[in-house]
Amino acid sequence: MIRLTVNGQAREVDAPGDKPLLWVLREDLNIVGPKFGCGVATCGACTVHVDGEAKRSCVQPLSDAAGKSIVTIEGLGDGKLHAVQRAWIEQQVPQCGYCQPGFIMATAALLARNPKPTDRDIDEALTNICRCGTYGPLRRAVHRAAAILGGAP
Amino acid sequence: MKWTRRKTIIGGVLGAGFVGIGWWFAHERDRLGSRTLFNVGKDQVGLNGWVKVSRDNSVTVAVPRAEMGQGIYTTLAMLVAEEMDARWDQMKVEDPPHHPVYRNIDILVDGLPFSPEQTGTFIDIARWGMGKAGGVLGVAATGGSSSTRDGYHPMRVAGAVARELLLRAASRKAGVPVTQLTVVDGEVRRRDGARVASFGELVDAVGDLQPVMPPPLKKSADFKFIGKPVARLDVPAKVNGSATFGIDVRLPDLLYASVRHAPTVGGSLKGFTARGGLPKGIEKVLSIPGGLAVIGKSWWQANQFLDSGVDIAWDAGPHAKLDSASLWKQYEQSLEKGDAALTRTLGTEAKPDKAQIVEATYRAPYLAHATMEPMNCTARVEGGKVELWMPDQSPSLMRMAAAKAADVSQADVTVHTTFLGGGFGRRAEVDLVREAVACALAMPGRPVQVLWSREEDMRNDPYRPMALARWRAEIDTSRGQPALAGVAKRQVAQSPADQFPNRNIGLPRQGKPEGNAVENPPYAFPFYKLESIVADGPVPVGFWRSVGHSHTAFFDECFLDEVAVALKKDPFAYRRELLKDKPRHLKVLETAAKESGWGSPLPAGLGRGIALRASFGSIVAQVAEVSLTAAGLRVNKVTCAVDCGPVVNPAIVRAQMESGIIYGLSAALYGEITLADGAVEQANFTDYNVVRLADAPAISVHIVDSGASFIGGVGEPGTPPIAPAVANAVFAASGKRLRDLPLKLGKAA
Repeated sequence: MIRLTVNGQAREVDAPGDKPLLWVLREDLNIVGPKFGCGVATCGACTVHVDGEAKRSCVQPLSDAAGKSIVTIEGLGDGKLHAVQRAWIEQQVPQCGYCQPGFIMATAALLARNPKPTDRDIDEALTNICRCGTYGPLRRAVHRAAAILGGAP
Repeated sequence: MKWTRRKTIIGGVLGAGFVGIGWWFAHERDRLGSRTLFNVGKDQVGLNGWVKVSRDNSVTVAVPRAEMGQGIYTTLAMLVAEEMDARWDQMKVEDPPHHPVYRNIDILVDGLPFSPEQTGTFIDIARWGMGKAGGVLGVAATGGSSSTRDGYHPMRVAGAVARELLLRAASRKAGVPVTQLTVVDGEVRRRDGARVASFGELVDAVGDLQPVMPPPLKKSADFKFIGKPVARLDVPAKVNGSATFGIDVRLPDLLYASVRHAPTVGGSLKGFTARGGLPKGIEKVLSIPGGLAVIGKSWWQANQFLDSGVDIAWDAGPHAKLDSASLWKQYEQSLEKGDAALTRTLGTEAKPDKAQIVEATYRAPYLAHATMEPMNCTARVEGGKVELWMPDQSPSLMRMAAAKAADVSQADVTVHTTFLGGGFGRRAEVDLVREAVACALAMPGRPVQVLWSREEDMRNDPYRPMALARWRAEIDTSRGQPALAGVAKRQVAQSPADQFPNRNIGLPRQGKPEGNAVENPPYAFPFYKLESIVADGPVPVGFWRSVGHSHTAFFDECFLDEVAVALKKDPFAYRRELLKDKPRHLKVLETAAKESGWGSPLPAGLGRGIALRASFGSIVAQVAEVSLTAAGLRVNKVTCAVDCGPVVNPAIVRAQMESGIIYGLSAALYGEITLADGAVEQANFTDYNVVRLADAPAISVHIVDSGASFIGGVGEPGTPPIAPAVANAVFAASGKRLRDLPLKLGKAA
C-alpha cells in the first residue's frame, strides 16, 4: 500500500511502485482528467501537480509520489473555477479539449511561481502539444489568468 | 439549401433508376424524424427527431456528428436555438440513436468530382443522385468539412417545428388562441408580453400534437444567434476535466487491452509465447486482426507485459525491404512513364514560335494524423449484442464493422460516440472496432477498452499519401512582353478514395484518384493540363485534414510563384491577374494581401509569401511572414482571409482557420513519415515533431462576406495554403526555392 494525497483526500493505492502516477490516477483512482498522450513526457497531456510543481505523470513512478500531495484538473479549483479555468472559458481556448487539462495544470503551476510571465517565460514553461492549434487564444488566456490572479475583475 | 422541388422534378426526369432508390428522400419531412425517435426520457417530451424539451427547461438537440474540436455541437445547437427562440443557457446536446434521419447527405454529395460551389444542370443532377444514394447508404459521418452545410437547413426546420408545436401546446394549456402567443427567450408569452409558460412547463401539454411542415423560417435580419460568436457548449466540461473522451470511458468490470501490430507494412503474427505464463492481473493474450493483444485489469500492465513478458514472432511479409528511397524511385518512374488514371485539359493549347520553359518537381511525404488522443475503442459483446463506446467519425461505418466482426446483424450493434481527442480523418477508419470486438468476443459480457500506445498509433496510421508532381509552364517569348501560354502537371500519389472503401467496407478498388487532389484551378490559365497517376503500393493511406488539397495546394501554389517570378511579376499581382473573373477569390486574395501589409518593406532575412486555395466550398488565402536566421526558419506571422459563405459562428470559423494553419504548419516544417526495412521509422512526438507554443506564429483571421449562399466548410480549408505560403516566403526572404516537404533550409535549390 502506498499512501498519497490526491485533490486534498488521503488515498491508499495497492499498485506496483514503478506504475506511473498517470495510470494510478486513471485506473486505480478513477481520476481521468489527466490524459495519456505520448507516454514519454513529451506532450504534457498528463500534467498534474506534485507538491505544487507541474509534473508529467506518465513518467512519474508511484513510489516517487508516496506521501506527496497530488492535484489534478478535477481538484484544481477546489470546488470552484480556478483563475486559469476562468480565463480559459473567457478566451474560449479548447477545441477538441484533450490536451487542455495538461495545459491548464502547467499554466497554474507557472503562475504560482511567476505571477507575471513574459511571452518568453510562457514559451519556456508550456512545452505541451496541442494538435488543434489553440496556441493563440491559449497565450491570451495565460496573460488573462495572470491578470485575474493579480486582482483584475 | 439545395433540396428544392426543382430537384424532385429533375429526379422524375431521371426515371426508373432513381425511383428505385426512393424519391421520398427529396422531402425535408423525411429528415425531421418522429417525436419518439430521440431517446425521450420520462421527464422529457420529443418535439421531433432532433429536439426534446425537459421538465428542467433544458432543450436537448440531437447532434449526430463527432465533436472533434471543430465546434459542431455548438454550431448545430445554434441553428435549433435560433428558430426556437430559445435561451442559449438552456441548450444541451446529445448523441442520438442510429437512424437514417441523422445521416450526413452532403459528405457523399461532396464525394463527386466537382468543386462544391460549381453548379449547372448536370452537376445538380449528379449531386441530387448522390444525395439519394446517401439516403440509402445511411452514413452518419463527420468529415469533408460538410456538417454545417448538411445540417443548416434540417436543424433550422427542426427548431422552427419545435417552436410551433410548443406554441400550440401552450395555447391548449392556457386556453389562449395560438395567434396571440409568441416565444421570447425560451418562454411562451402573450403578444402583450405576459408570461404563459416556460418550455419545461409544457412537457405534459404537448400530448399528441404533431409537427406541421414546412414551417416558416426566420429572415436573416432577425437572427439572434446565427452570425454571432456564441460561447461553445463544450468548453466548460473541457476546462474542468469532466469531458469524456474514448479513453475515459469507465464501465463496470472494465478490462483494458494493449496491442502490438506487425512492425513491417503487410506483416503478420506468426506466433507468440507468454514466458512463464500469465501474471496476476493479465487475463488473456490473443491473436487479433493485424496483431497481438494482451487483456488485463490495467492497461499499463498489459502494455508492459507485451514488451517484456511475451515472445512474439512476426512474419515480415512481402514488403520487408520496402523503404522510402525505393518508393520515391517507383514514384519517379510513374511520373515519367505511368498511365494517367485521369487526364483533363482546359483551354486551348498554343504553340508559340519561341517559348521559355519553366519546370519544377515537388515532393510531399507520408504524414501521420497524430491525434492527441491515441486510437482506442471499448467494446462489449453479450447475448448476440454488441455495444461500442468510442471517439469515432462515423458510427454507421463502426456499426457495419462491428456487426461483421461479431457476426451479428447491424440492428444488434449500438455505438456511443464520445468526445474525440482529435480526428482529422483518422477516426473514420474501422480498424479499432475490429480489434476491440475481437477482444470483447474473447471476454464475453465484459467491456474491453483497446488503447494503442503512441508508438502503435504513429506506426499504424492510414497516412496522408506521399505525392510527387512535376509542373511545366510554357511562356511565349515570341511577341514583346513574355506571356504564359499554358501549364501542365503530372502528379503521382496513392489515393485514399481508392483505398478507404476497400479497407473499411470491403468495396472493390477502383484505381481512381482522390477527388480533391484533381479539382480544377481557379486561375484563368490559357491552357491547363492535368495528368493524375494513381500510385499503387502497400502503405495504407487515408483521409488527412484537407486530404488531396494538402499536397496539391503546395505543388500548385509554389509553382504559380515560380511562374510569376519567371514573368517578372509580383506573386500577388500575378494571382490577381489570373483571378480577374473570380470576384470571390479575388476579394479573399486582396483581403489577405492588404491585411498582411503586402508590398511594404521588410528587413533583410524576412520575407512574405502568399497562397490561395479553394476547398470544401470555401476560399482561403494566407500570407506568411518568415524570418531566416542562424537558428533556422521561423514563421512569425500568418494573415488569413476566408470566404466560407454564410457564417453561423464567426468565433468558430476563426478558431478553425487558426487550427488548420497550425496543423498544416506542423506538416510544412516537420511532418515526415519514412520507411526503412519495411517499417515506419517514426514512433512518437520525439521524432515526429509538431508545432508547439514557442513556434506558433501570430495569426490574424479575416472573414470575407461575399454574399454567397453556399455554405462552405471550415474544418479543413485553413490547412492547404500554409505550406506554399511559407515556402514562397522563404523564396522571398532568401531566393531559395524549397520544393520538398517538409521545408528544410539545407535542401534549398
